[in-house]
Amino acid sequence: MTNEVKISTKNVDVFYGDNHAIKDVSVDILKNTVTAFIGPSGCGKSTFLRCLNRMNDTIDSCKITGELLMDGEDIYAKSVDPVQLRAKVGMVFQKPNPFPKSIFDNVAYGPRIHGLVGNKTDLEEVVETSLRRAAIWNEVKDRLDAPGTSLSGGQQQRLCIARAIATAPEVLLMDEPASSLDPIATAQIEELIDELRNNYSVVIVTHSMQQAARVSQKTAFFHMGDMVEYGDTTAIFTNPVDQRTQDYITGRFG
Amino acid sequence: MISMTELSKIHNSPESAARLKKRRAAEWRLKAYGIMAITLAGAALVTLMWSVVGKAAGAFTESYITLPVYLAADEIDPDGTGERAIIGRANFGGVTKDALKDAFPFVKSRGDKRAMYDIISGGAAFELRELTMADPAIIGQTIDFRFLASDIADLYLKGSYGDLVEQNAGGTLTVQSDGKTAVVTSSTTDFAFVMARVKSDLLAKAAFNRDQAALQENGRAVFTQRGDLDEAAKREAARDRLLGVAEELEARAALDGGREALDKNSPSVLVRMGETWVKLTEVSATGGEGKIIGVLDSGVRAAGDWQVYLQDLPEASRKVSDLQIVLIENLRSAGAVETVFSKRFFMAGDSREPELAGIWGAAVGSFWTMLVTILLAFPIGVMAAIYLEEFAKKNWVNTFIEVNINNLAAVPSIVYGLLGLAIFLGFFGVPRSAPLAGGIVLAVMTLPTIIIASRAAMAAVPPSIRDAALGIGASKLQTALHHVLPLSMPGILTGTIIGMARALGETAPLIMIGMVAFIVDVPTGVMDSATVLPVQIYRWSDFPERAFEARTSAAILVLLVFLIFMNGLAVFLRKRFERRW
Repeated sequence: MTNEVKISTKNVDVFYGDNHAIKDVSVDILKNTVTAFIGPSGCGKSTFLRCLNRMNDTIDSCKITGELLMDGEDIYAKSVDPVQLRAKVGMVFQKPNPFPKSIFDNVAYGPRIHGLVGNKTDLEEVVETSLRRAAIWNEVKDRLDAPGTSLSGGQQQRLCIARAIATAPEVLLMDEPASSLDPIATAQIEELIDELRNNYSVVIVTHSMQQAARVSQKTAFFHMGDMVEYGDTTAIFTNPVDQRTQDYITGRFG
Repeated sequence: MISMTELSKIHNSPESAARLKKRRAAEWRLKAYGIMAITLAGAALVTLMWSVVGKAAGAFTESYITLPVYLAADEIDPDGTGERAIIGRANFGGVTKDALKDAFPFVKSRGDKRAMYDIISGGAAFELRELTMADPAIIGQTIDFRFLASDIADLYLKGSYGDLVEQNAGGTLTVQSDGKTAVVTSSTTDFAFVMARVKSDLLAKAAFNRDQAALQENGRAVFTQRGDLDEAAKREAARDRLLGVAEELEARAALDGGREALDKNSPSVLVRMGETWVKLTEVSATGGEGKIIGVLDSGVRAAGDWQVYLQDLPEASRKVSDLQIVLIENLRSAGAVETVFSKRFFMAGDSREPELAGIWGAAVGSFWTMLVTILLAFPIGVMAAIYLEEFAKKNWVNTFIEVNINNLAAVPSIVYGLLGLAIFLGFFGVPRSAPLAGGIVLAVMTLPTIIIASRAAMAAVPPSIRDAALGIGASKLQTALHHVLPLSMPGILTGTIIGMARALGETAPLIMIGMVAFIVDVPTGVMDSATVLPVQIYRWSDFPERAFEARTSAAILVLLVFLIFMNGLAVFLRKRFERRW
């Protein structure tokens, strides 16, 4: 864990039409750190996560104000191409969503469209590295031609992580990546996240406070669109400042 | 406050059981309606196919008449050049007629000769010409040539005008001939069947007259009641006259023996003695008098040397005359007639002569038209769908476009024909009657179908796939082309083929742009004049010649085969491209 800021956000507000979804949120995402966003359903943590790689752009009615900087550059500046941004800020979704293509093509898709590698050998190497990093290589190395959809849920999610890693991002956003997985697969993913921290800034949205406590170094607690509290994970879980945080982590609501 | 424990007791009550029974009954009823509906639809389909296939059968065979034909050198190629151009100019129609005259020298009068020529198709002379041009060595020889039978001869041979039925005849026939007419007398009542037929006709006529008389009687009663005695007297006179006629007819029918005349509205009775026939114009129970067809001397024919035939359909009600029947029957007895599978129907273009008309021209026209349609409609439709589904923002302009695309799918197809006439033909100067024009119009007509189907297919692609692609930095276009489009391809192809199938069966818009023309040549490209299958069906169904009836049904079958093929292709492609996620 360093104190170098990768993404800094200040006074971010998000509106879906008339619905004020995120209210004046300021969070700094640090390099080589796992940051967890926790909070009850509908508190805006996923929305905020999607602001970081401009996935909210696909929603017509969504309006974002405030300052979001990555490496000091405005994410929402006119000059920034969201396609370029998303190549640098990878994302893993709540539900495993592999393409209905082969395992190899799933992982190779990102490097191909971004022109990361020049020849087939390099591409194969990138695919292998990504699959190894996602801790799924041993399970799929003999059937890279099999469709990605033929894998089990946990394997699919790791494949999606491999796919996100393959584009060589700097930040990895994970939207409840283990919510549809069993405890064994969850443990594998968590181990993986811890591993990934060495190379990336990881932001993870989770419903599970134990998970947040296990994997993250920083935690932000969201409630009703407000970012209630942000700090070191140990501090949040042992000594929360705000009453709402205390209530939530002790299971009084949410 | 409702107690849930109390509520749960309802599940075991008799009311609940009754409700359950009602639900089951409703379910059963729905199933029964469904089965009924499917049975009805199936029955309708079977009936349709039965009728079409049954009627079409005649179009798949054609008849030939083999006659020796002398290819006189001085008529065809007097200088013996052997050049195609010179042979091609010769009068093969005359050669064909000569062949018939040689086969039936007894046919003398102009009308009879014309009837005789009519048993051979006008196209046969062209085939003889082709043969001679291909092999000039046969000039000067007499060859056996297979002349294509005309439509009426063909229909007669296929039994469309009813059969010539041989009757029992066991007597000895005495013939008194004056060369043109003959009186034939049998030793027994071999012609009683004709008299019975004629007498039953007389009784039917008498009954009709009696019905008419009854109407007049009603009129008389009414006018008498009203006091209009003049009018009543008129009715009475009419009644008596009709009754008189009826009585006379009944008397004729009751009379044993007697002679009755046979005219064009009576069944034809033909007496056959080898190659010579007598067509009776007057008949009694034992014989009759009639016109000789062939050459006949007076004499006596033993039983078995002569036959008597009845053709039930009166001559006035059929296209094929008694003379033609006699000539065809003589040819058939000589083994000169054959009915074979008709390749011509599948290989030839349109013709005014039913026996020469084929479906190939229309099929090729349909092919070119469909080619233009799919080349225009598929890319434009899919691109429009991609734009509307993946790129267009939700604003009123796009909503307006969307609503109007849906409306266009319901616009009557003839309106597209008017559009094509005004814009493509009138403004852009696309040639009339060409597959290009038809293809453009049908493409415009098919576009909404393709767009709607493609959009539905794209909308069915899970958003998670789009998220996944966008999430790793694919652009919108890459997402659409790499992921959404391949996944929606089965639906797009299905929609496209259904649209194409509709276009293939479309007649109305093509009427407007002149594809209803009579086009003999098979089109060789999109700029040639052409017609299409449904238009061909429409035109043939309108032609007066009876032989076109079979060809209409056969063309319907060909169109159905095309449609089944296209739908099969749609199913195949859907299965082939189907991917699960």
